[in-house]
Amino acid sequence: MDRRRFLAGTAAIVVLPLDRARATPEAMAAAIKKVVGDAVVREGRVTLDLPPLIENGNTVPLLVSVESPMTEADHVRAIHVFNEKNPQPNVFVARLGPRNGRAMVGTRIKLGDSQKIVAIAETSTGQFWSASADVIVTLAACLEEST
Amino acid sequence: MANVLVNAPKTARRGQAVEIKALILHPMETGFRPGADGRILPRNIIELFTATWNGVEVFRIELSPAIAVNPFVSFFAVATESGTIGLRWSGDEGFLVEEQVAIAVE
Amino acid sequence: MTARLVYRRMRVLRVGLALALVFGSTLVLAQGGGDKRRSGYQDMGPALQKMQDDDTANPAMLFVQLGQQGWARPSGAANKACADCHGVAAASMKGVAARYPAIPKGADAPVDLEGRINLCRTENQQAAKLPPESRELLALTAFVALQSRGQPIAPPDDPRLGVFREQGAAIYRLRQGQLNLSCALCHDDNAGKKLAGVTIPEAHPTAYPIYRLEWQALGSLKRRLRNCLVGIRAEPYAADAPEYVMLELFFMDRARGMALEAPGVRP
Ligand code: HEC
Ligand code: HEC
Repeated sequence: MDRRRFLAGTAAIVVLPLDRARATPEAMAAAIKKVVGDAVVREGRVTLDLPPLIENGNTVPLLVSVESPMTEADHVRAIHVFNEKNPQPNVFVARLGPRNGRAMVGTRIKLGDSQKIVAIAETSTGQFWSASADVIVTLAACLEEST
Repeated sequence: MANVLVNAPKTARRGQAVEIKALILHPMETGFRPGADGRILPRNIIELFTATWNGVEVFRIELSPAIAVNPFVSFFAVATESGTIGLRWSGDEGFLVEEQVAIAVE
Repeated sequence: MTARLVYRRMRVLRVGLALALVFGSTLVLAQGGGDKRRSGYQDMGPALQKMQDDDTANPAMLFVQLGQQGWARPSGAANKACADCHGVAAASMKGVAARYPAIPKGADAPVDLEGRINLCRTENQQAAKLPPESRELLALTAFVALQSRGQPIAPPDDPRLGVFREQGAAIYRLRQGQLNLSCALCHDDNAGKKLAGVTIPEAHPTAYPIYRLEWQALGSLKRRLRNCLVGIRAEPYAADAPEYVMLELFFMDRARGMALEAPGVRP
């Protein structure tokens, strides 16, 4: 079986639509800077759950949770998620408070390619905590139309 | 017609953080993709999802074109008192959907 | 042993092997216990399995909801809803998806579930056929299929189906397309292996209609078959071609006894 040809014929179109505009690691760094300013971003307290191997980049489950007492005095105020290679670096911003009880937010995202995802939590005490994940996106076989 | 699926418990203990999950039918057109005629399809996304508990906002998430088609969101909220959880999706092209679920807190 | 005899033995062996392939599933079932067949569900990662399992997170359920509304809505010149004749779907439609394609009363060729629903549209509601892959048809199909969730696939014992099923089996084994591949080459001989990161499934029709992440929408088994035809660079059959129903008959027989899990999620 000629795998290379089979895949070349069927898998090529997935990435194209996102190719026009591209966020870059630099664009992601700039977007992060806009959120955190000159504050120090520390690694830790944040867990970023993504499947390590993504079977289809169109719908990728993502769950961010942050260790926090979520009290009036000390809670997560926002969770920001960024990516490197989609057209724009910002994925979402969730606004939280003590009424949430737990700092955990889930959604599903599009990923056009293998890349790095970064989640940053902003606390009510003015701290920034982060986690990142490198994901591998495989291309689906047997697509709608050959190119 | 609103086409949403909401998963929230019908009852909760006071003070308990309950998980709320919501799924909605929406194309989440990115604004970066060419259509059949080669022209870029205009962006059409849900920009904002908010949740209220008896009218008080408890959660909000600002979405981007990187959110998957038929957006799914899950979050937690502390069960303070019996009443209504209100969910609201709004976005491009005047998109606005509101859904309410009842919850009893004891 | 003469050369000719060896040759004849080999031929018998080959025919035997081919039969074992086609009926392998039934044999395995008859033996009880060790059914080694795997639904595509088992080849997915835990994240996608979870997406399928949770009815409030499975995007296909958005379409089931539409189908439930369609079920109750009067339509056509007869101004009748599906529910007017079939009542509560949980009772009347239980097990139905597990036995299609089938030959409707008075007809001589099989139709699949979508085809059966469209017959009710034209004959019983006196309404227009719903177009293939239309949201309304898929939604109704998903709603009907959901009523058979967990039921074993049970094709009808209609001897007239045999010739159609055999034609489906022949297509399945035919090398075709610019890449000169047969379905069997991947889905029998190489199932479980990786094709550039993607696990080749055994191609069981357990979950249809499916929410395929690639489509970002609900789609039928026909559409899935068409995708693999395009994948091997064969000319796909026209949307209403009988070849699809033949393949579906073959696949349902091959999956006899496996549990329906519709509406499923697939990458
Ligand atoms: C006027 C009454 C009527 C209406 C309206 C109607 N049906 Fe039917 N339907 C029938 C009858 C009668 C049969 C059985 C035909 C037969 O005996 O083979 C049938 C058969 C079926 C079957 C196959 C059942 C089986 O056991 O094989 C399905 C599926 C079905 N209908 C779905 C629908 C759906 C979906 C709708 C609405 C779009 C609908 N029907 C509307 C009368 C109706
Ligand atoms: C080169 C290998 C290859 C060939 C040849 C091939 N397929 Fe596939 N098929 C795949 C792969 C890989 C998948 C899974 C795709 C994915 O997950 O992106 C698949 C998926 C399927 C599925 C969906 C299974 C499920 O779990 O829902 C069906 C049905 C199917 N193929 C039918 C066919 C038919 C019919 C043919 C012949 C016309 C065929 N395939 C030829 C590789 C192949």
